[in-house]
Amino acid sequence: MPKIKLPTKQPFIDMTPMVDLFSLLLVFFILTATFRQNEPAPVDTPYSVSEKPIPDFNNMTIVISKDNRIFFNVDNGPDTLLKFRQKILAEVGKYYNIEFTPDELKAFEKLQTSIGVPIENVKEFLNTNDKSRKEELQTGIPIDSLNNQLATWVLCTRQVNPNVQASIKGDSQIEYPIVKKVLDILQEKNVKRFNLVTNLEAVKIEEETIQ
Amino acid sequence: MADIGAQETPKKGGKKTLKKKVVRIDMTPMVDLMCLLITFFMLTTAFSKPKIMEIVLPEKIKSEKEKAEAPKIAKSRTLNIILGPDNKVLWYTGAVDDPKNPPPLQITDFGPNGIRQLLLERNRALFRKIDQFQKDVIAGKINIKRDSLEAAIRQLKNEDDTGPIVLIKAYKKSTYGNFVDILDEMSIVGIARYTIVDIAPIEEQMVEKALGITPEPATNN
Repeated sequence: MPKIKLPTKQPFIDMTPMVDLFSLLLVFFILTATFRQNEPAPVDTPYSVSEKPIPDFNNMTIVISKDNRIFFNVDNGPDTLLKFRQKILAEVGKYYNIEFTPDELKAFEKLQTSIGVPIENVKEFLNTNDKSRKEELQTGIPIDSLNNQLATWVLCTRQVNPNVQASIKGDSQIEYPIVKKVLDILQEKNVKRFNLVTNLEAVKIEEETIQ
Repeated sequence: MADIGAQETPKKGGKKTLKKKVVRIDMTPMVDLMCLLITFFMLTTAFSKPKIMEIVLPEKIKSEKEKAEAPKIAKSRTLNIILGPDNKVLWYTGAVDDPKNPPPLQITDFGPNGIRQLLLERNRALFRKIDQFQKDVIAGKINIKRDSLEAAIRQLKNEDDTGPIVLIKAYKKSTYGNFVDILDEMSIVGIARYTIVDIAPIEEQMVEKALGITPEPATNN
């Protein structure tokens, strides 16, 4: 009996629709991408019902990490030509008699994340390329009453950009006294209106629940 | 990669026709690459922007001269909320008149029957008003622009004179998460008047007594 010979045909799948779909997805993701900043310290923000998004510009953020270190971040202003970050760092440097070179200022502008380095070490922080050394230098901005560098950062930021808003981004586990300290510093510098950065969590109460 | 496959063999004896050829391109590497790119963008994109909660603090009184006389408020309307450790919330009404005989502290929490129930009970009139107003707006009974809605609600809150005046105090062992939670409760329940106050030493003692905490020796910092 002769064997039935199946035609040896290579299966071929038409991938064009798949490629179409993938291109669309890819375009979508490229266009909507706002890159997640790699923060020096992870912070779990508390939840709230507020639906206001954080402003894109004119915003300075004070980050309080879980281990009570203070970080500071500020945006570059609505226009890249304004170069607020450079001006702010120069201003803070002037306050502490530290001269920053144009290269250092540029490096600070490029650094998009928050910075938690005492001003004495900022120069080294900006010049080093060693990642672990950079991490070591992030000891937090001092907020003692004798050496209140956070107050200087806030002051200089407000001098450079009068429209700046203050935001506090704290970890939900930190204890209240350190928040109080930061609030006091802001209050002292006449920042009365500020934002607490939170995550959205919807809560709705029905009237019937009231007894 | 790309191959040209003969579709059919020409019949014998027929006219000499050009072979029909179908050009196929193997797209698998392209798909692979796209998969990788999509994965990369999906993982690096921050979709939800963090939200913010606005709070306003009063100006700090720096000199004695600026010190204005504190506005008198009814004791019965004052609600003191003290944030305690371990997500506990303590509250009392009125003020501490006699340090030796302080008002009893009620202990509650952030649960469904906790502090929100208390605030709702106290703030019922205003909450109903705001709720009714929002429902009317949705139903179209009140015609108002979207951006003036917030201002209208603020107006309602300003007019309110029955709701509690909440003083928020934080015990030193309370967390920032609780602090945000209580401010959140204020906005959920629609409390018109609340402020953040430093905790008084007597209140700290009250908290320690109520929760049975042995006070730490005072440290200078």
